Amino acid sequence: MCTTCGCASGNTRVEGDDLHHGHDHHHHAHEAGHSHDHSHGPSHDQQQGHSHDHHHEHSHSHQPSHQQDAAGDLHFGKGPAGNHVPGLSQKRMIQIEQDILGKNDAYAEQNRAQFVAHNLLALNLVSSPGSGKTTLLTRTIEELQAKLPCAVIEGDQQTANDADRIRATGVPAVQINTGKGCHLDAHMVGHALEQFDLDPQQVLFIENVGNLVCPAAFDLGEAHKVAILSVTEGEDKPLKYPDMFHAADVMLLNKTDLLPYLDFDVEQCIDYARRVNPQIEVIQLSAKSGEGMQQWYDWIDAKRQALLQTKLTELERQVAAIKYSL
Amino acid sequence: MHEMSLAEGVIQVLEDNARSQGFSRVKKVSLEIGRLSYVEIESMRFCFEAVCRDSIAAGAELEIIEITGRGWCHNCEKQFDYSARYDPCPHCQGYQVQMVSGDEMRIKELEVE
Repeated sequence: MCTTCGCASGNTRVEGDDLHHGHDHHHHAHEAGHSHDHSHGPSHDQQQGHSHDHHHEHSHSHQPSHQQDAAGDLHFGKGPAGNHVPGLSQKRMIQIEQDILGKNDAYAEQNRAQFVAHNLLALNLVSSPGSGKTTLLTRTIEELQAKLPCAVIEGDQQTANDADRIRATGVPAVQINTGKGCHLDAHMVGHALEQFDLDPQQVLFIENVGNLVCPAAFDLGEAHKVAILSVTEGEDKPLKYPDMFHAADVMLLNKTDLLPYLDFDVEQCIDYARRVNPQIEVIQLSAKSGEGMQQWYDWIDAKRQALLQTKLTELERQVAAIKYSL
Repeated sequence: MHEMSLAEGVIQVLEDNARSQGFSRVKKVSLEIGRLSYVEIESMRFCFEAVCRDSIAAGAELEIIEITGRGWCHNCEKQFDYSARYDPCPHCQGYQVQMVSGDEMRIKELEVE
């Protein structure tokens, strides 16, 4: 990930937006000395020697002057810039002490602030490929949307199939294709958020790329990571992929309708999950039969209310402070 | 292969610092990587070399300082060496363990010119 804009080195695309690089907002891959036209909105002074320190502060509002395909899809760009910075030639040591994921985490905080501003519960759904994530999500929004308006961000390496499945339910969805990337990052999600009217929504589901490794490290600004494990997988997956189950707040044990046909040991699986994360909540359900789904909806509603309560308490504190100073 | 993303993140931090601190070459990069972090060290070395090639850190030496994991048991109120997230406390065999160190992914210092 390029942490100036967060784009992956592959060809990430967000539906409805176009982030093709080699373009405007921070000039990856320039050769020194070549000329280029900038057609996007904000004008800027060209620095001598192409030091390119005019990159924007990422309000996520730049004009897409870049390639936009017929579907309006967006293309993220290439890797880090080949900047040429005039500088000193004296050898010296510099203490940096910066987190490698510092920029992703800063974007995640921007997303989180947006979610709080819109009273939106954001859930980051993580699992292996084939755990039944999209089926679970489709049923969830079908049964939930009358009570709680939902929106969905879908992450996959390629295709808009999953977003199409979600949109068929009438719920707004944006597909992010990560190209060669193995996870969503906070910057991609920030761009996807531009495609929604967030005000009417109450729950945002972010379906991450099916991968139990990489998405664990990348905060997207969500309130909770939700790990989905199906009983057709091994019960020791929480031990094999401990980072993910450690990062998640709840584990959904899916496809329980198949338990009579399998040797899957539910108690052992839950025990393993609690070894890596003693606080993890567990909900057993089947998106096919509907068993346990109400418990999942109750969990969502409880978390949404907790989020609103936290915000209400903060607002009341501010009101009290204003009244006091009147 | 999120190490590729992480390595690109490192280069970007270097380039930001090159602008703010006025240097044009990075000779050496020191990273602090916890043994229980999200980084596979050999993969990081491979990816770092690949993404450095056309950057201000081309040919830079990569030093990785590994940080051992330490856990804190809530029952025993003691610290101990922690080698995996599913390790129990060695004193009570319980799993009420919090990581104290071992998940670091930090750029510590640079040698530049």
